[in-house]
Amino acid sequence: MKKDKLIPGKTLLFIFFTLLVGVVIAVFLSLNKPKEPSISDKVVLVSQNEEILDGKHVATGLIDDQGLNLVIAHCTGCHSAKLVTQNRFNRDGWIRVIRWMQETQNLWDLGESEALIVDYLSKNYAPELKGRRLPLNQIEWYELEEEQ
Amino acid sequence: MFHNNNSRRGFLKNASLATLSALVGADIIFASTMPKNYVPLVLQENDPVKLFGKDKEMMVLNDQPWNIESPAHLLDDKVTPSSKMFVRNNGLVPDNIVVDQWTLTVEGESVKNTKSYSLNELKSRFKQYTYHLTLECGGNGRKEYYPPTEGNQWDVGAVSCAEWTGIRVRDLLADVGIESNAVYLAYHGADMHLSRDPDKEPISRGVPIAKAMEDETLLAFQMNGEDIPIAHGYPLRLIASGFPASVSGKWLTGLSVRNKVHDGAKMESPSYRVPCEPVAPGTEVDPEDMCIIESMPVKSVITYPKSGALLTGKSSMGIRGHAWAGEHQVASMAYSIDFGTSWHSCKLSSPVNKFAWQHFEATVNFPQKGYYEIWAMATDSKGISQPMLSPGWNPKGYLNNACHRIAVKVV
Repeated sequence: MKKDKLIPGKTLLFIFFTLLVGVVIAVFLSLNKPKEPSISDKVVLVSQNEEILDGKHVATGLIDDQGLNLVIAHCTGCHSAKLVTQNRFNRDGWIRVIRWMQETQNLWDLGESEALIVDYLSKNYAPELKGRRLPLNQIEWYELEEEQ
Repeated sequence: MFHNNNSRRGFLKNASLATLSALVGADIIFASTMPKNYVPLVLQENDPVKLFGKDKEMMVLNDQPWNIESPAHLLDDKVTPSSKMFVRNNGLVPDNIVVDQWTLTVEGESVKNTKSYSLNELKSRFKQYTYHLTLECGGNGRKEYYPPTEGNQWDVGAVSCAEWTGIRVRDLLADVGIESNAVYLAYHGADMHLSRDPDKEPISRGVPIAKAMEDETLLAFQMNGEDIPIAHGYPLRLIASGFPASVSGKWLTGLSVRNKVHDGAKMESPSYRVPCEPVAPGTEVDPEDMCIIESMPVKSVITYPKSGALLTGKSSMGIRGHAWAGEHQVASMAYSIDFGTSWHSCKLSSPVNKFAWQHFEATVNFPQKGYYEIWAMATDSKGISQPMLSPGWNPKGYLNNACHRIAVKVV
């Protein structure tokens, strides 16, 4: 989605919002958990900023692939997408994380979405073999000056 | 202070629903279930420089909840300033802190009577102590484990040593009066669970009662001579150095003196636990075979120079950093420039007080031009050293104390 143009004369506040926000929708997750209505009434605010750059969803940093919108809707209501993009698991591993969140962190039943979410996560955030210790990488070389 | 210089958030907090809807450009559906004063995610400030006064080089691992780490070279100060101190939050930073009305309630099976104290009472009725205390996240170094383990992927910078001022927990417990069957001291904070369920604590951990009774276990209200910054637990924080920093609860509203090991949030397996017996990497471990982490292991970090130094026309260079050993003391410090095949000793300072990190320095001589890695290895008072590779794998990736390494090129 194209970002709105800055409008001169508006307050800084408003500029910030128009840039950042776009449109907000709420996704109502209808679940049949009569004992926990507060959980089934979960409000998830999803940024409608759909801009994709270099294969990534700009607003969240998540990889653009089938299942992206489900992951945004279910996984970023409570915590940042950064917690997803930092981690690497196979299917079993991601399911374990989901179960842990359901058992201890108030994550709701993902229903039919679960398989699609796990597909997305285990494909795009799979472990990379790194052994017991990687070589030092991403070194930014700089000239060391004498200390004052 | 967070609340004073953040008027935008204050404005949003007081804004009506209609105003909020106008600002986001759409109706907020299900607004009735939105907690009062909750600022929708899309409107929240998320710059830790502005929010918490953090250095712009600090690395944000997670912004909900806030988890921010220090690159190694930012930890060069002997006493870590707030701007360069890592943040590890499990829940949401509390809003609307009213210091005048703040109370700490001490309760639990093993208190004689439940008792509450105002902040002023805590500050005025008990003797105050100041110590330099190392705090290290149990998951510091997690990013190196393979197979990968769940959580924030900390590198080496989830550690700090600031000057904390407060009262001794044992003085407070003596005033409250506790039974001889006390086993554990647990904390409760004002932070909110990520799901915004008011009945759920994001984290409620604690320490064995013997640890609570140590001289350096504080109820702190100052850090580096000022009110504790909001990100670090304002206005009141439990500090029990030497253990994973998750036992040092922030935004403290309550203490529970338990007659059993505390069973609060993130006391349960696998949180802050490791296999009681070593396991092969990737092993699934039953909860009953997981043991609570107590002392953190011996570790060190090179804080000068920053990794990536090019040394032009010179063949020697000074290095320095800090070393710590959980409940113990660091006995010696060494470095290697040949991938661990030979080691040279560093000058090592004594700790300012128990649990303070120690400072090391050395002059490194390079025999010829080329690429080098400087590896740092501390050894504690029990003769235990840092491993050169990641240590025993565990399901949540705690306690990685492998030697810190920096890259240097002599050109």
